Amino acid sequence: MKALRKMLDQVEPLFHKGGPLEKLYAQYEMIDTFLYTPGQVTKGPTHLRDSIDLKRTMITVVAALVPCIFMAMWNTGYQANLAMLQMGTATTGEWRGIIIDILGVGYNPSSALANIFHGFLYFFPIFLITQIAGGLWEVLFATVREHEINEGFLVTGMLFPLTLPPTIPLWQVAVGISFGVVLGKEVFGGTGKNFLNPALTGRAFLYFAYPAEITGDAIWVAADGFTQATPLGAVAADGMSAVGVTWMQAFVGSLPGSLGETSALACLIGAFVLIATGVGSWRIIVSMILSTIVFAELLHMIGSDTNPMFQMDASWHLVLGGFAFGCVFMATDPVSASMTETGRWFYGALIGFMTVLIRVINPAFPEGVMLAILFGNVFAPVIDHVVLQANIKRRLARTAVSS
Amino acid sequence: MLEVYLSIFMKSVFVENMALAFFLGMCTFLAVSKNVSTAFGLGIAVIVVQGITVPANNLIFQHFLKEDALAWAGLTGVDLTFVGLISYIGIIAAMVQILEMFLDKFVPSLYNALGIFLPLITVNCAILGGSLFMVERDYNFGESVVFGMGSGVGWALAIVALAGIREKLKYSDVPPGLRGLGITFITVGLMSLAFMSFSGIQL
Repeated sequence: MKALRKMLDQVEPLFHKGGPLEKLYAQYEMIDTFLYTPGQVTKGPTHLRDSIDLKRTMITVVAALVPCIFMAMWNTGYQANLAMLQMGTATTGEWRGIIIDILGVGYNPSSALANIFHGFLYFFPIFLITQIAGGLWEVLFATVREHEINEGFLVTGMLFPLTLPPTIPLWQVAVGISFGVVLGKEVFGGTGKNFLNPALTGRAFLYFAYPAEITGDAIWVAADGFTQATPLGAVAADGMSAVGVTWMQAFVGSLPGSLGETSALACLIGAFVLIATGVGSWRIIVSMILSTIVFAELLHMIGSDTNPMFQMDASWHLVLGGFAFGCVFMATDPVSASMTETGRWFYGALIGFMTVLIRVINPAFPEGVMLAILFGNVFAPVIDHVVLQANIKRRLARTAVSS
Repeated sequence: MLEVYLSIFMKSVFVENMALAFFLGMCTFLAVSKNVSTAFGLGIAVIVVQGITVPANNLIFQHFLKEDALAWAGLTGVDLTFVGLISYIGIIAAMVQILEMFLDKFVPSLYNALGIFLPLITVNCAILGGSLFMVERDYNFGESVVFGMGSGVGWALAIVALAGIREKLKYSDVPPGLRGLGITFITVGLMSLAFMSFSGIQL
């Protein structure tokens, strides 16, 4: 390790102003601070000193995502293997099948290894394309605009593939992440300066631009010619009896859906990590869950003869679709969420309300969490503004300053 | 009956948001959204004006301009819809003028708060758009009141949200070529992406 540090120190002057590799300073800086905690600390008396910086914060989120990634791979493989068993297909003819056949892993849905490996072959290409396409933009902007590359993108690039269905065409992955990174973040100046969550921006863009590949029944299970709706879609179409899974299944996450969004359990583990480390705001998570429960129960009680989504009660709303994933990883994004602690309660409540509203009354989008969070992002600055003004007013009144 | 009104209101606020779904009233929307309190004032002004002019134009439309609307005066078969556009603009301008004078005289604090925005929104296309949508959909008087208020509230909501975001974006590091209007256009585009969550709602 010492040698590595020494080597980095030796090459550093090359990247300084006037050095031959001056233009590549951002890349050097990325590698250096990724490997070592930066040596510079804040100077002067007014700052708190803390060993955590943006990179450590972001890497914590990535660590919290690990259970989700494993569940994503396992579930994708499990659903595909199960479907193949049902249809009696012995092997998938394409490149994935060839790799599986060579390694002899097989397609047994009750073998965890076979499931994870099959899922990995779906998850990894999407992940790789996201990293390459998004990373390219990130490095390009960092170089041209001379700001640092940081792990903000690592999180975006981790979240984005997890929100996609397993069968999405890879070029759409590249288009989606490019839109998210460039228009969702980089045009505003990079991490911390945007107002929408970049991963969600990319996902929403794909959702509206290429609805054929990201909605419907044929895309959720990665087996050719097999169609199965997500439970939310099924309920929206045929009522609560069509849900097709038990509550426990939905909680653990063995149901058709986007790659990483199916498992509430994995998201719960992630939530513990985020809250314990103080990276994610527990206020947002708690208020979003509470408001979802309240509004879902309210609509459940009102009921409706024509709209089957009214039959779904709160316990189902919490485990189906991308709710858990969005709540833990997307809504708590510190950049696009409300900044004030009071504001976070309102922000979470707004998202919870919108989630239920979109899911229940909008037949076009049964998977409403993502759009609800974007909606929350749009109103987060206003919520902050109102909270700040209220605080100023209260303190003025307390000190009885005549203005 | 209440259901119909509620559905029109929700629809005009969210689904068919004047600013973010139809992109109407863009000039004021972009120009006067630099800070939240001004945007809020303008939003209130739009709600008030929209709430008055749409029903007023509805009366004009239903009792004078619509085909056979002049039957009460003994004129059957008369269709005056071709003077619609100019009548609505005239009504809007007159209404805003009267409102301004009224506020100046009786509620000076509100008059001062709204300031230049009142005369400004005479030429706001969202206002005229509201009246034209009302005609197109053939609302009755009650519906037009709800629609007028709703579309005003939707527009106000959008401009306040935009102003909030633009206040936040003051701390951003936008590339020089995009500063000012450029980034605002991108922002509005992204906002309407978020508002698309409502598209397709049938109320």
